[in-house]
Amino acid sequence: MSDNLVRQDRLIDEFSFKKRISRLFSSWEFILFLTLVGIFILFSFISPYFMDYFNLMNASLSFAEKSILALSMIFVILSGDIDISVASILALSSFAMGNASVKGAGSGTLVIIGLATGLAAGIVNGFLVTKIKIPSIAVTLATLSIFRGISQAILRDNAYTHYPLKFAYFGQGYIGNSVIPFEFVFFLVLAVLMGFILHKTTYGRKLYAIGNSASASRFSGINVDRIRFINFAVNGLFAGIAAVLLTSRIGSTRPNIATGWELEAITLVVLGGVAITGGKGNIFGVVIASLLVGYLKFGMALVNLSAKVMVITTGALLITAVLVPMLLEIAKAKQKLRSQRSELKLERKAS
Amino acid sequence: MNTKAILELKDISMYFPGIKALDSVDFSIRPGEVHALIGENGAGKSTLVKIITGVYKQTAGQVLLNGEETNFKSALDAQSAGITAIHQEASMFPELSVTENIFMGHHVKKGASGKGPVDWKTMRQRTRELLDDIELDISPDALVKSLGVAQRHMVEIAKALSIDAQIVIMDEPTSALTLREVEDLYKIIRRLRDEGKAIIFISHKFEEIFDICDTYTVFRDGQLIGDGNVSDATISSIINMMVGRSLDLLYPKGESTIGDVVLEVENLNRTGYFKNISFNLHKGEILGFFGLIGAGRTEVMRVLFGIDKASSGEVRLNGKPVSFTKPKKAMKAGIAYIPEDRHEQGTILDMSIADNITLPNVDELSHFGILDEKAERSLAEDFAKKIEIKSAGLNMKTSTLSGGNQQKVVLAKWLSTGPEILILDEPTKGIDVGTKARVHKIVSDMAAEGKAIILVSSELPEVLGMSDRIVVMHEGFVTSVFEREEADPDKVMLAAIAQPGDESA
Repeated sequence: MSDNLVRQDRLIDEFSFKKRISRLFSSWEFILFLTLVGIFILFSFISPYFMDYFNLMNASLSFAEKSILALSMIFVILSGDIDISVASILALSSFAMGNASVKGAGSGTLVIIGLATGLAAGIVNGFLVTKIKIPSIAVTLATLSIFRGISQAILRDNAYTHYPLKFAYFGQGYIGNSVIPFEFVFFLVLAVLMGFILHKTTYGRKLYAIGNSASASRFSGINVDRIRFINFAVNGLFAGIAAVLLTSRIGSTRPNIATGWELEAITLVVLGGVAITGGKGNIFGVVIASLLVGYLKFGMALVNLSAKVMVITTGALLITAVLVPMLLEIAKAKQKLRSQRSELKLERKAS
Repeated sequence: MNTKAILELKDISMYFPGIKALDSVDFSIRPGEVHALIGENGAGKSTLVKIITGVYKQTAGQVLLNGEETNFKSALDAQSAGITAIHQEASMFPELSVTENIFMGHHVKKGASGKGPVDWKTMRQRTRELLDDIELDISPDALVKSLGVAQRHMVEIAKALSIDAQIVIMDEPTSALTLREVEDLYKIIRRLRDEGKAIIFISHKFEEIFDICDTYTVFRDGQLIGDGNVSDATISSIINMMVGRSLDLLYPKGESTIGDVVLEVENLNRTGYFKNISFNLHKGEILGFFGLIGAGRTEVMRVLFGIDKASSGEVRLNGKPVSFTKPKKAMKAGIAYIPEDRHEQGTILDMSIADNITLPNVDELSHFGILDEKAERSLAEDFAKKIEIKSAGLNMKTSTLSGGNQQKVVLAKWLSTGPEILILDEPTKGIDVGTKARVHKIVSDMAAEGKAIILVSSELPEVLGMSDRIVVMHEGFVTSVFEREEADPDKVMLAAIAQPGDESA
C-alpha cells in the first residue's frame, strides 16, 4: 500500500518536472532569450564591430538608465497601476541637482538631493493615488506635466552645465581598471535586488495577489493601499537614481531631458511579459527585454539604420509581446473547454 | 381559463459540472396569466428563466412556444420571439438618455429598408408614448443617471414593453420600489394581463404573490415541488413547499458545549446598511444569520472583520471593546471571515492553490519579510489534506478547480489561520451536495472544539439544520432571534419577510 503511494508520488514528481521543462521552453522569457541570442548572431555577421567586448560594454550606457526605470515600474504595473510621470520626475530631479550644483553643492550632496527629489515626487503620486483615490493614470498624467513644468518654467531655454568633477563618475566611470561601466553594474545589482524582493519576499507575494484581485487581497488581510503607495514612492526614487546617472553621464540639465522615457520604460516592462493589467510577469523577462531592446538599437545604429526604423521595430516587438501570450491563452482556453465538454458527456452517461 | 399555453417547458433538465440545477421540471403559462415562480435562492428559478430567455441551453427537455418547439441560440432570439425579462439589477447605461436606453439594441432607423441613419424623432415619440402608457412623468431626453432607483426600474419596464413582448418575466421587480410605486406596478401588470400577455413574476414577498398572481410554481433544489392556482393556496402551504418539512441528513450538527460569551455586539449601526444590531456569540456555538438578499447580514459581517467602518455602536471581544480598522487587525484578534463572493473576495483564481491557502499567513510564516517556502508548503499540504481538496497538485492554479473545491481552498485558507471566531458567509452557495456536507462537517467539528461560529446563509434548511441559535434580519434590522428548539421553518421565514403583526412574536 505504502509502496504504491511512493510510486505514485514519484510519478507526480516526474510529471511535474517534465511539465516544468516544457513550460520553460514555451515561456515568453525563453522566447525573448532566443530572440536576444538571434540578434547577437545576426549582428555579428552583419557588422565586425558588434561582437567587440568594449563596444558591447559601452553600449550598455545607452540603455542602463531606462532599464533602471523599468525595474521599479514592474512593481507599479504588477499591482495594476501605471506611472507615466517617471521621466518628468527624472527631469525635476536633474533640475534640483543642477540648481544645487550652481550654488556649490558637492557631489555627495547632489546625489542626496537627486534621490530625495525623486522620492518626494513619488510620494506625491502615491498620496494622490491611495489617499485621495484618484486613478493612477489621471494622477501621473497630471504630475507628468507639473514635474517637468517646474523645471521648464524656471530654466526656460537655459541649461545647468556645471557639475563637480567627481560627480561624473556615476555616469561615465568604469569599475576599477576594467571596461565595465559603473552604470551597467549598478543596473544589474538593482535588478538582483528587485528580483529578490519580487520573488522571495512577502512584499512580492502580496504584490502579485493585489494585481490579480485587489478585493480578494483586501479580504485576505493585505494592506493594499500601503503597498501601492510604496510602489509609487520607490518608482520616484528610481527615477531619482536614473536622474543622477543620466545627469552625471551627459553633464548637463535641460528641461527636455529624458523626454518620452516613461513610455520606453513601460515598453520594456510590457515587452518583458508583465501583463499591463497586473498580476503576471517576472523580473527575468524585463531584464532580458532591456538587453534585447538595448542591443537591437546598438546593432541597428552600427549598420546605420535610421532612428525611425528602430522605433518601428520596438513597436512591432511590443505588439508581438502582447499578442503571443494572448494567443497562447486562447489556445489554452479552447483546450479547457474541450475537456470540460467531454467531462459533461461522461457525467451524463454515468447518470 | 381554457386558453392554450403560450409557453410550455417539458421535462427540462439542466446540468452543470457536479450540479443538477434543474431535474426534469415542467412549467407552463397561458396568455393573460400572471404566474408566480417561487423558491429559495438556488432552487433553480433563475436557471429556468435563463433557459426561457435563451441565455442557457437546457441539457434535456423541450421548450414549446405556441405549441411549437423552439431552439433559442441567444437572448436575442428569445427577444425576437417576444420574450423579455426585467432584471433585478437594472442593466442600464447611466450616461445615456431614457430614449437611448429603451431602444438600445433595436434602434429605429430611417429609410424603407431600415438601414438608414438612426431615426431619433420616431424613437423619442415612441418613448413619450411608452412613458405615458406607464404614467411615468419624465422626459425622454433625461439621462438615466439623473433618475431615482424606482424610476429606473420603470424605464426598464418601458424598455420591455417597447419590443412588444408576449411573455414578460419580472425578477423581483418590487425590491427597489416604495408601496405607492408597487401599486403603480400592479396597475401595469393588470393591464398587460388584460391585453393577453403572459407574465412570469418572481418574488420573495408573499403578499405580492397573493395580491397579483393567478397561478404559481414552487421549486426546491432544482425540482418541481408543486403548482396550482394562488386562490387555492395559503402562505403556510407555500412556505411548506419552499422549505420542505424534513431536514435531511445533510446537516450533521454535532453536540458541542456552549461556553462563555466571546463576542458581544451592541447597537451596531452603519448608516444606510443596518441599524441597532445587537447579539452575543458564545464559544462552541453556531449562530445562524438568516434573511433575504439585501437584509444587511453581509454588511454586519464586513464591519466585524474590519472591511467597513461602523457609524456607531460597540463590539466587545472577550469583554474588551474593539474596533477593527483593517482586516489584519481582526485577523490578529482571532477572527476569520469567509466572504460571500468566492471569485471576487475569497480566492485569487490565477494564483496557485498553495499560494491561496497561505496568503493570510505569509507574514507569520516569513522571516524579516523573506518567504519561507518550505513552511508554506507544509502548511498548505496539511490543510489541503485535512479539508480534502481534490486537485492535480497544489501548484495548479485555483481556477482549474471545481466550485466546490475552490470553496474548500477558501476554507483551508482561513482554517490555517487558527481562528477563534469563524464567520462563514453563504459558504455552500452553488456547490455540490457532497462538498456541502463536507463543509457542514468541518463547521460542526470546529464548534465541537470550542470555536465560535457565525453562519450567514440564505438557505433555510442549512440555517435550521446547523445553528444553535438563529438571528433573523430584514432590511437592516434584527427582527427575531430563535433558539434551536423553537425555530421552525414557517416562523423563521415569516420573520425574514417581516410579515406585519408577526414582528412582536
